[in-house]
Amino acid sequence: MIKNILVSLAILVAVTACQNGAKSTANDNKKVTLTAAGATFPMPYYNLVFKKYTKSQGTLLTYGGIGSGGGIRSLKDKVVDFGASDAFLTDDKIAEFSAPVVHIPTCLGAVVVAYNLPGVDQIKLTNGLLEGIFMGDITKWNDAKIKELNQEVNLPDLDITVVFRSDGSGTTFIFSDFMSKISQKWADAVGLGKSLNWPVGIGAKGNPGVAGTINQTTGAIGYIGSEYALAQKISTALLQNAAGNYIEPTIESISAAAKGEIPADTRVMLTNSDAADAYPISGFTWILLYKDQAYDGRSYAQAEATVTFLDWLISAEAQAEAPKVNYAPLPTKAVTAAKEILKNVTYEGKAILK
Amino acid sequence: MKSENITKTLLLIASVIVVLISTGMVFSLINGAIPTFKEFGLSFIWSNEWNPTEGNENYGAVPFIAGTIITSMIALVICIPLSFASFLFIGEYFKGTFIANTLSALVDLLAGIPSIIYGLWGFYVLRPFIVELGLSPQGFGIFTAGLILAIMIIPYATSISKEIITMVPNELKEAAYSLGATQFEVIFRVVIPNAKSGIVAGFILAFGRALGETMAVTMLIGNANVVPDGLFSTGNTMASVIANQFGEADGLKLSSLIAIGLLLFVITGLINGLGKFIIKKLS
Repeated sequence: MIKNILVSLAILVAVTACQNGAKSTANDNKKVTLTAAGATFPMPYYNLVFKKYTKSQGTLLTYGGIGSGGGIRSLKDKVVDFGASDAFLTDDKIAEFSAPVVHIPTCLGAVVVAYNLPGVDQIKLTNGLLEGIFMGDITKWNDAKIKELNQEVNLPDLDITVVFRSDGSGTTFIFSDFMSKISQKWADAVGLGKSLNWPVGIGAKGNPGVAGTINQTTGAIGYIGSEYALAQKISTALLQNAAGNYIEPTIESISAAAKGEIPADTRVMLTNSDAADAYPISGFTWILLYKDQAYDGRSYAQAEATVTFLDWLISAEAQAEAPKVNYAPLPTKAVTAAKEILKNVTYEGKAILK
Repeated sequence: MKSENITKTLLLIASVIVVLISTGMVFSLINGAIPTFKEFGLSFIWSNEWNPTEGNENYGAVPFIAGTIITSMIALVICIPLSFASFLFIGEYFKGTFIANTLSALVDLLAGIPSIIYGLWGFYVLRPFIVELGLSPQGFGIFTAGLILAIMIIPYATSISKEIITMVPNELKEAAYSLGATQFEVIFRVVIPNAKSGIVAGFILAFGRALGETMAVTMLIGNANVVPDGLFSTGNTMASVIANQFGEADGLKLSSLIAIGLLLFVITGLINGLGKFIIKKLS
């Protein structure tokens, strides 16, 4: 009896396996599958637009949120069609690749400064205060320097607990880039990177970890990716931009950071932007791909699908999706620059986009 | 082929695979750690600076070795009396009673809880409690992490030790009782001396678990890459820094993380070896 059941089960499994096999080969002939991996920061946006593209064009897309470092490694190992990163590759890093790599900006995000002060609705912070707090020089919330700027609120006699990202992160990179620009002391003592040698504070993993730790710790202050903070409606500090205005992080003020001049290869940090209405800690996130798509035996169809998709990703249709998941769309200038880069992506030396 | 031969071949293949996997792991760890040891030499092991900022890159393992050993020691110190009491309660004083069986089932249940749940509980309950007690302004740190580790390893030490002491031959105990020994004397003169190697093994296994525990620790230790300067200061452990940082790491940093992994492997191996040695000495 049991034997019979087992035999019929085995047959059933075998038959289903065959059917699956047959189905997937049939699909492979019709559809191209694009594989990508990298930064977790733009993941909600990518998930949304990738799904949308698959629905309308049939191209299957998979994205692994394994971190910018992982995305860069995967592209180097040629196991993905394109990688994604929150920090652009320096010339030295590009030289480590076997062939030239280009950057396509896809949207903008920002880093917000969040805090937990019961009864305090809104605080303003100058660059000097940010330096003082994150360097550990200002340790109390009722410090005279914070009070002076925020006279309308009642600041409590509480210890300041700095919360930072314990995992390597593009969010930390953008934050430290801004801090290095506004504070010589920070630039000398801490510097720039995806993870840092923090002078004070507590590390928590990921945006949810930092947000949760701030939420649970009275007197905490930390930085969080805007895509998470805006979605969770976390209360954020107003920061002073280069023009001297106190700016609240919104989709508009983040997008405004890219209003200025952008280099042709789009490799630029937008922090501390000159624009009067720009939120100061904003930045691009990029997709990275090989400039010549004929590598590692890739077919022309695969290369064409990659470039066509990226061309769509910077189009108005895809960009309009960005604010829905709290990312800022690319300003026109950035789209033009990205389009120009895509036009120069080739297959065996010939341009792919017409 | 006879079924006996088939079994023999299968067993051989299985054991060869185990050997291959462990040597492969050691090999790839060493291979990945080479750039770090080339750059810093053996001083990587006793340097206490961890600076991942590009341009000033400097890696040393001391903050993490210290964090790992200290948290695990705190855990062990708290674990020993508590699990000693519970395994005596379950395995000797109230052996076979309803309350002992319930307690025993609960201890086994504790051992089966995934570490992330301990982490969550630690984050939302234990940490605010530490703040409430006024021990630390924000509750993160070495002590909190050690405390959660203690709670996690108690069931391991307890259930192994309980199994061991119930295996002590009844004849021995009865003989001691017939000579007029009290229950206390039977336990400390007969049961524990008979079971001591097993009990020690249980504590060593528990200590090993504390060394490698990642998730719950990372949520409570504060993740500051410095050598802790007090019981309530923040720190980091070897497993936790690897879990936190490997995603975005490359080059020298990645190699340093792998080197920390190698050191953790070596430390765990040493502890296990020491445990085996102690067990041999005691039995």
